Amino acid sequence: MKVAIVRFPGSNCDFDALHVLDEVVAGSRAEFAWHKDVELPACDAVVIPGGFSYGDYLRAGAMAAHSPIMGAVKRFAERGGPVAAICNGFQIACEAGLLDGALARNASLRFECRDVFLCVEGRPTPWTASIPAGRILKLPIAHAEGRFLHDDVGALEREGRVIFRYVDASGAQTEAANPNGSLRAIAGICNRAGNVVGLMPHPERASEAILGSADGRLLFDSLAASLSGRKVRV
Amino acid sequence: MTAKIYVTLKKGVLDPQGQAVARSLARLGFDEVKEARIGKYIEVKLDGDRASARDRVEKMCKDLLANTVIEEYRYEIVE
Repeated sequence: MKVAIVRFPGSNCDFDALHVLDEVVAGSRAEFAWHKDVELPACDAVVIPGGFSYGDYLRAGAMAAHSPIMGAVKRFAERGGPVAAICNGFQIACEAGLLDGALARNASLRFECRDVFLCVEGRPTPWTASIPAGRILKLPIAHAEGRFLHDDVGALEREGRVIFRYVDASGAQTEAANPNGSLRAIAGICNRAGNVVGLMPHPERASEAILGSADGRLLFDSLAASLSGRKVRV
Repeated sequence: MTAKIYVTLKKGVLDPQGQAVARSLARLGFDEVKEARIGKYIEVKLDGDRASARDRVEKMCKDLLANTVIEEYRYEIVE
């Protein structure tokens, strides 16, 4: 598979994503797309990586959402192409209307930088279809604006569009396990069609055991499986 | 002319920055402070006629300056 990684001025997880999708995941190749490009390179999936696009001016993701490349990303998503929006990418995707909801300042007012645990749930998406529901993933977070808010969270839950929730190591939803005060401990969601997934934690920083967790790899392996039409559990 | 635009978190959206400021004010002895909310002030210089300015500023707020999921905005247009 071929994955395009969108870079903005201020992206800083672009090389982590490139490393994982070009060197770690078997059979995957990746290349960058620049924010000023109006077309994506030929690709099977798109990653909007983390960072501080445009210096987080105005609001995190607000300026990047209007950059030229996002028109191409939206067209790709409308055709059903798989898109993963990670951390600042999630903020950009919400600002661009690819996903609904918003990410506000962490309730703690701190930049939260640590490992967290997530429970996988919700409808199948290309990025999670191979991961059994209820699986607990250990992934790092690093953000100051990750408090997910949504004006109709009940609908989001009913439609199975909550894909990841913050839990503790045992899988229990506790206040202490929610690092940023997100509504209903939501860490990641998908769009109506299921092909666009956004999450605050960083799977690309936890895709090799030497980095403390390889759980992030499950998302990329799931993508590879769904693109190849294989029904495998990763 | 100039558009003076104020963007604030909607009522009911937790404002941890505002809470921190309110606590600091209380520590400084401003016992009368009940609440503080933090927002943004944006000044935009405009060409064109005043009649269309309101529509244009409205669109600027919706398209970029405010995230209407969590924020609300108001503005005034002055010479």
